Amino acid sequence: MTAKKAENGEKRHLKRFHYTIDQAIEKPFNWKQMWRLLNYLKPYSKTYLPGAILMMLLSTAVRLIVPILIGKVAIDVAIAEKDPTLLTYLVLGIGVLYLLNYVGNIFRIKWVNILGQNVIYDLRKHLFTHVQSLSHRFFDSRSAGSILVRIMNDTNSLQELFTNGIINLLMDIVTLIGIIIILFSLSPKLALAIMVVLPLMFYISTKLRRNIRRSWQNVRIQQSRMNSHLNESIQGIRITQSFSQEKENTEFFHGLNNDNYLSWQEATKKSAMFRPLVELSNAIGTVILIAYGAYLILLGVDNGGIEIGTFVSFAFFLGMFWDPISRLGQMYNQLLMAMAASERIFEYLDEQPIVDEVKNAHEFKEMNGEIEFENVQFSYNEDRIALKDISLRIKAGQTVALVGHTGSGKSTIANLISRFYDPTCGSVKVDGHDLCNVSLRSLRNRISVVLQDTFIFSGTIMENIRFGHPAATDEEVIEAAKVVGADEFIQRLAKGYETEVEERGNILSAGERQLLSFARALLADPSILILDEATASIDTETEVRIQTALRRLLKGRTAIIIAHRLSTIREADNIFVLENGTILENGNHEALMEQKGEYFDLVKSQFQMLDAI
Amino acid sequence: MDTFRKLKQYYWPYKRYFFVSLFFLFFVTGITVVYPIILQLTIDEVVLKDKYALIPYIAAAFIGLMVIKGIATFFHQYLGDMFGIKSVYKVRNALYEKLQVLSFKYYDNAKTGDIMSRLTSDVEGFRFFLSFGFSELIRILLLIGLSLSVMFYYSIPLALVTMAAMPFLAVVVFKFDKRVHPAFRGIRKSFGRLNTRVQENISGMNTVKSLSREDFEIGRFSTNNHDYRQNYIKTANIWSKYFPLMEFIGNFCAVALLAFGGYLVINQELELGELVAFFSLVWYIMGPLMNLGFVVNMFSQAKASGERLNEILDAVEDIVEREDALDTPIKGHVTFKDVTLTYVQDDDTALTNINFDAPPGKVIGLIGATGSGKTSITQLLTRFYEPESGEVLVDGRPVSQYKLKTLRKHIGFVLQESFLFSTSIRENIAYGSPDVTEEEIIDAAKRAQAHDFIMEMPKGYDTLLGERGMGLSGGQKQRIAIARAICINPSILVLDDATSAVDMETEFKIQQALKEVMKNRTTFIIAHRISSLKHADEILVLDDGEVVERGTHDFLLQNNGPYQRIYNIQYQDREAIMNAAHSS
Repeated sequence: MTAKKAENGEKRHLKRFHYTIDQAIEKPFNWKQMWRLLNYLKPYSKTYLPGAILMMLLSTAVRLIVPILIGKVAIDVAIAEKDPTLLTYLVLGIGVLYLLNYVGNIFRIKWVNILGQNVIYDLRKHLFTHVQSLSHRFFDSRSAGSILVRIMNDTNSLQELFTNGIINLLMDIVTLIGIIIILFSLSPKLALAIMVVLPLMFYISTKLRRNIRRSWQNVRIQQSRMNSHLNESIQGIRITQSFSQEKENTEFFHGLNNDNYLSWQEATKKSAMFRPLVELSNAIGTVILIAYGAYLILLGVDNGGIEIGTFVSFAFFLGMFWDPISRLGQMYNQLLMAMAASERIFEYLDEQPIVDEVKNAHEFKEMNGEIEFENVQFSYNEDRIALKDISLRIKAGQTVALVGHTGSGKSTIANLISRFYDPTCGSVKVDGHDLCNVSLRSLRNRISVVLQDTFIFSGTIMENIRFGHPAATDEEVIEAAKVVGADEFIQRLAKGYETEVEERGNILSAGERQLLSFARALLADPSILILDEATASIDTETEVRIQTALRRLLKGRTAIIIAHRLSTIREADNIFVLENGTILENGNHEALMEQKGEYFDLVKSQFQMLDAI
Repeated sequence: MDTFRKLKQYYWPYKRYFFVSLFFLFFVTGITVVYPIILQLTIDEVVLKDKYALIPYIAAAFIGLMVIKGIATFFHQYLGDMFGIKSVYKVRNALYEKLQVLSFKYYDNAKTGDIMSRLTSDVEGFRFFLSFGFSELIRILLLIGLSLSVMFYYSIPLALVTMAAMPFLAVVVFKFDKRVHPAFRGIRKSFGRLNTRVQENISGMNTVKSLSREDFEIGRFSTNNHDYRQNYIKTANIWSKYFPLMEFIGNFCAVALLAFGGYLVINQELELGELVAFFSLVWYIMGPLMNLGFVVNMFSQAKASGERLNEILDAVEDIVEREDALDTPIKGHVTFKDVTLTYVQDDDTALTNINFDAPPGKVIGLIGATGSGKTSITQLLTRFYEPESGEVLVDGRPVSQYKLKTLRKHIGFVLQESFLFSTSIRENIAYGSPDVTEEEIIDAAKRAQAHDFIMEMPKGYDTLLGERGMGLSGGQKQRIAIARAICINPSILVLDDATSAVDMETEFKIQQALKEVMKNRTTFIIAHRISSLKHADEILVLDDGEVVERGTHDFLLQNNGPYQRIYNIQYQDREAIMNAAHSS
């Protein structure tokens, strides 16, 4: 037993962390999806797209014509017949062609990039805008990291396709067909002989390259595992050192590093084979050219042979053969990757907001803040019922507290008022309007929610408060901060309202962050204010300050407060005591204490515990 | 060069890979230049002089050379890559080991993102340079040199004409590099900003939706999205300006070659095959020349990357174990004598003259506003920091006399932020002592009141926790963190605001359980709630790094000090309620 235990301990830490990689790498080609992607080119189908194609055709033509001119005209005619004048004209002609090519290239590169960037811009904006409209249920089931990857990385992996990919695809097909036609018209025999290398080249550029790419994907997976661990080990370093697990983690990391090393070695071995094979297949072509070409020259034009210029042209074209084939192979791989990325993007775009607006939805211009729940039922998913048949009424301007254990349904009630979710049964009304028939924007514009963990956006304090009402002037922002008592600590900071803050930064304490969120909520000037455990993580002295701020904040609004602390609750006009999704009792503090029901027990037990310890 | 010398220990052991790779490079480059020569021989010797009998020999020689070149290319690339990969493997291990031992002080001033970028892009930059950069430079010089020699051998005037274009190309390449790298940096930066914007938006989605600021967010996003696009297009414009120009200079060179070379051939001063060979050789010079800027830039980037790696490797480890450090079991008697702590020199002190004595079995409570120094006291205990003056004693010996591992193994720490790792709940609880049994894990979870909610999950103890313990509530995370600390069976237990997100009833149960576990051991409790530390044997009330009040709960309640004030705020209506309760 002890031996087993020791062995267990020896190996355990080598498997201690688990990292999942959320990234599909390739998918089979799918026309429907491709078509949907190509639709993003539509806005540019009369400007950049045809322009870029035209320029591409121009430079392709130049690249195809010049070798013929050099081989067939310059060598076979001008030099062979010793005609300096023709040579001069030819040189000038080729010079002009190259100049055209130069100009064409400038515009091609320009337009192709503008095209690609605009498409990616549109796509990303479409995706981001769509994600903003999605409901809470969407965000509940996904980590922030995985959403970020789709908006940023998946769209970016389409960048190359829309920038150079499509134009190059066209260019390569044109070039390849062009070369084959030219070669066959110059000398069908020699052309046929050289075509022997074509299948070999195709094989290398598709199958072999794919094999290589797979092993690089493996490298990337190993690397993202390693990076996930590195990131976590830095963030958790304090825990690691507290539990003196430095050595164990180092051993775990050695394992990761070794896996990474082996995958690299595998990939690099495969890719090092790529170039030699390409060159070898090129060499086979060259040998055929030398041997068979020389034989054909020997044969003489009259006997079905070729001229020396044809031979030179062939040499040029053979050199140009590989590039388009190689790029086509690459393109194919790129398309498969684009399929995976676009599938993931479209998956989000096809996601419908569960909470949707009806046509001609009611717009709240003014809101009194009267709230009514009629026989409301709600469940987050099938096996978890959060609310059972809740009916309640909150009068405009009232302060209401929701009390109960974790999971009793307090936050769910708050979420339904903002219509982050729709009830499964029954209806929620504000000022007599069923929330299913109102405009989301106008509803949420009149409601502010202050959560336990306020999110601080990176930017100045001024910007963070203004987030509640972007049109507010500096004076209004400062006024709001003064009312909630945040002005005092902000003024003490070196740069005052212009101090830069960020989410993970430690410039602000929990209490100060909460004061900022109060200022934010006040600036939004809502008719309904919801405080969801807003004061839970604050030290006592700060809480006293916040109490005062709160009173000012609540004045003249309907307020729903979810809290543990008695001091906050007891001032409420009406207290609802919840358990397992039902309302047990309600009334104000005095009435409920009088009643000696659940609320009374709850309060009493808190103090008894204090005495018992 | 100093940078590379410092890093020598990581790559020099693998120097053989590099030199053998270099050896093969000579073959590769040599044979590359042979190709146009063979073309020339075919035309001049075979075709024009009708010596067709030579063809089989030429073909055989050519194939033979290409096979050798293929093999050489493979080994050159493979061994070169291995040189980089092996060195970087060693560097990574060294970096990781170093990061494990750097003290809290280092991490206080470091940003995760910055360290990560060193561990990823800088390591990669260094690898790329080792694998590719240096030998690429040699290859370029070799190829240009050989091609030029062949050119000069064939025809001096024609070679001179070709070379005339080189300065122009060099100037264009130089100018291009100077402009394109800042532009690329611009792209990376604007991408980073866009990334941050989106990340914040998603992380703060609750806030965005509660305030109904989606349109505002879309506006801000669009600005960054636009900025990224413009940066990209700006860079593309630089490309479009210089790249066609480089190609044009190369093409112009070829045209000049045709004009002058054609003239020479007509005058029979040059063989036709030699002219054809020139067309290939020109691109052997122009191509590498266009790349030269890229390689030079790689040098300076590798140097910068190397420096950034050295910064980590050379960072001072300010908490060092003594050579004669002790490895004796710790009972848990903690004594602070006149301890003063300053985090950063010339800064205000974080703790001033702290004194207390906590024999095993005692519970010490620490209370005070944020930043008053509660956490600092406990972190001196584990030697995460060292006091500026005074002594921190455990079992009568200064903490610096113990081995770090011994010291920390006996102290169970629950930090304010309950960080959990990406692994199963079981492994998270067993984190501090990998050799515990299943029963011990479950026992610890039960005491931390975590067992019940863990068992309610479909996978129980095998439930995997995602990034930053996603899917658990704050209170649940705290309870797992407490189980983790209990699981190492510590002599000293530190609870730093460890139950703030746990409801009172659960906290009460945890305290009951701890009371039993911590019999004869020392406990430190940091809390805001009076109920959390009321039962402590001694409560220290801190303000601005000083103990302003101390004693038991009952004593402090009569002391008219800050403790009493806090109590009154938290329990202002206790009397009334209790009376109501009793009268019932």
